[in-house]
Amino acid sequence: MDVDLLRFVVVGSVDDGKSTLIGRLLYEAQALHDDHLSQVKRASKQGGPIDFSLFTDGLKAEREQGITIDVAYRHFATARRRFIVADTPGHVQYTRNMATGASTADVGVILVDARLGVLPQTRRHASLAALLGIPHLAVVINKMDLAAFAEPIYRTFEKELIDFTAKLGFYRVTFFPVSATQGDNVVEKSARTPWFEGKPLLEFLETVEIARPQEAAPLRLPVQTVIRSGLDFRGFAGAIASGSLRVGQQVAVLPSGKKSKVTAIDAAGHQVMEATTPRSVTVQLADQVDVSRGDVLVPLESPTPLSRRLDAMLVWMDETPLDPSREYLVKHTTRTATGRIARVQWKTNHETLEQVPAERLELNDIGRVTLECPRGLLADRYAQNRATGAFIVIDPLSRATAAAGMVVELDAAPQGEQLRPITADEREARLGHRALALSVPPAIAPWLERELFDRGLNVVSVASLAAALACERAGLIALWPTPEPVPAIPAIDAKASRDEALGLVLKLLAAPRKA
Amino acid sequence: MSVASHLELLEAEAIHIIREVAAEFANPVMLYSIGKDSQAMVRLAQKAFAPAKLPFPLLHIDTTWKFREMYAFRDRFTAEQGLELKVHRNLEALQKGINPFDHGSQQYTHALKTQGLLQALAQGQYDAAFGGARRDEEKSRAKERIFSFRDRFGQWDPKRQRPELWNLYNAKIAKGESIRAFPLSNWTELDVWEYLEREKVPVVPLYFSAVRPVVVRDGQLIMVDDERMRLAPGEQVQQRKVRFRTLGCYPLSGAIESSATSLREIIDELKSSRHSERQGRLIDHDEEGSMELKKREGYF
Repeated sequence: MDVDLLRFVVVGSVDDGKSTLIGRLLYEAQALHDDHLSQVKRASKQGGPIDFSLFTDGLKAEREQGITIDVAYRHFATARRRFIVADTPGHVQYTRNMATGASTADVGVILVDARLGVLPQTRRHASLAALLGIPHLAVVINKMDLAAFAEPIYRTFEKELIDFTAKLGFYRVTFFPVSATQGDNVVEKSARTPWFEGKPLLEFLETVEIARPQEAAPLRLPVQTVIRSGLDFRGFAGAIASGSLRVGQQVAVLPSGKKSKVTAIDAAGHQVMEATTPRSVTVQLADQVDVSRGDVLVPLESPTPLSRRLDAMLVWMDETPLDPSREYLVKHTTRTATGRIARVQWKTNHETLEQVPAERLELNDIGRVTLECPRGLLADRYAQNRATGAFIVIDPLSRATAAAGMVVELDAAPQGEQLRPITADEREARLGHRALALSVPPAIAPWLERELFDRGLNVVSVASLAAALACERAGLIALWPTPEPVPAIPAIDAKASRDEALGLVLKLLAAPRKA
Repeated sequence: MSVASHLELLEAEAIHIIREVAAEFANPVMLYSIGKDSQAMVRLAQKAFAPAKLPFPLLHIDTTWKFREMYAFRDRFTAEQGLELKVHRNLEALQKGINPFDHGSQQYTHALKTQGLLQALAQGQYDAAFGGARRDEEKSRAKERIFSFRDRFGQWDPKRQRPELWNLYNAKIAKGESIRAFPLSNWTELDVWEYLEREKVPVVPLYFSAVRPVVVRDGQLIMVDDERMRLAPGEQVQQRKVRFRTLGCYPLSGAIESSATSLREIIDELKSSRHSERQGRLIDHDEEGSMELKKREGYF
């Protein structure tokens, strides 16, 4: 029988019992094999009960440190569903791992230690789950056995988190009193929590309705590659990012805006009349339109304009901080474009979750930025479309994945004052030295220009005072060779030696700029 | 259209991955091990580019110690399907006489599989190589990325793997670096068998039960596939009804006793099975964390 597929992410800190909970789910769902079991029994403390956490702690380095250091994916199935579990570490320096696991999740499971209650990191995890657009949040109040299965404790934390998550925009938040080590309310309803009216965790995961907002969203088919065969077969291949597509439908190819009609759809080897996200398809069109990788097929009736400037939330994932003066690569659907993160509007304080002013983002920072892509992106808001609202930022030098981005506003249009004039500070930062205009004796001007240029300075000789001042405004070092200095700009005396002239210029460059 | 089943979702994801690699890399290659995962992966690749042919060749790293039936199947299948197949052997190691009996599974695997693979990738100047590995196979695989980054020496560093969000794969690499791409990352063994059944993909007959000559060695049933097999003192060749859950080099592949003779019977057997498939792979048991060590060295 066909079953569907649920992806969920489990987040918790080192001591919340996250690995134990996942190990317990795998164990109870009989997803563990005898040889894994015997391996774990061997590795569990001698003679003690099974250490469920050992089922999921994969890498040697982790077992040595006793912590989970990277996202791991586990698989299990029940009669009702196939599950993919992203097991992510929860300590603050690994925000990027949680974002990774959360990006594709239908449900986010976060753990709260019943002895410690709601911690800053609990709020952090819930916020990040909401930011990544996970529809369902499941809060596991774990270690209830160590809190005597006391209902008031559970209710206190439940109330606190209901209040906190109310503004985060989850579709639903569900709570579970659990002991992962002893199995209460994981698979079977526990006799020790008669006051708990909900389902055990596994049953919830088996029955929770998988939200598929992508299906109802307008068609977006980003073209991955063009397939050619024989003399006249041209198919446009891609995974449908949202909506559906049917034979006979009129579509527009963006960014060109060319129109055509769908004549055939191949869905993994089958000719179909209609296909829905997330199927991978090959589409044939009635006309010989020019289509290539990175183009997007959209419904004719609602073509989307390109956005050259947009506001986005970024999760910074690289050791090298964000640098607003640098160019980055932005991979969005099947298009990779150059872009600049022109401005950091604010970032989130890790502890208080408040928005604080920031100049840049560092590893594991989350902030709102303005992204500029000169050639434009066919983006939607992430809240409306998790596929076309998402992008990654790649550092073009290290090639690392530097950030994950979620579009908040499209075409954050420059509204008058937002087009900030370029300041002398910015030019100085770009060029690496301050601007300067000065008059020099004609005899030494060529030598001086060469000398400064070879020191890596941006220097130019000009023919007039006006030109010198214009170049200075542009951030350059302008030399105006003239026997008749004027008071408007500094001058090098006609009697100065070459060394004295050079010394004077370097001294002027080192001096702070006049306000 | 009804809600997609889990196999349709996994299929759509795998095809998307295969197309991304073909579109983003200059010179990809698909590792072909002749096993069931390779069969599923090849079928997915055929679907990804139909009606065109695969835009990349298949590459078999041949240790010369595969089962005879595997070689026969490989040649027949690739010819029937019109697939371009490249075969690489580590001749240097073979000339030195490295074999699974005298050199132990660790040294043998390193020379003929890991080194053989790295040689082939370097010679072909491949910048991306597809592998059929799945995250459910082994603990260190569970953390593997779909685009797994390898340095200039083909080596894997768990700490240098790139975060992988949504279905946005970072394909940027420097010259000499490469990516191993795993389209079946999210598949389980059961998913693969169910897919092969649904798609009627042929597999090597060794997966089906038959009476075969085996010896019992270290608790495993090892098939006596040709005259190179060495018997230890006291070992008796027995005729048993067995099949293989995974296929590799015959002296290192443990058979299981089974009566499953069709894909459906294999699926039913698997659903009631309590042993993981890698148990039949002797090379994983060398030492605790051994797969992770092999991967760091460049193994798939």
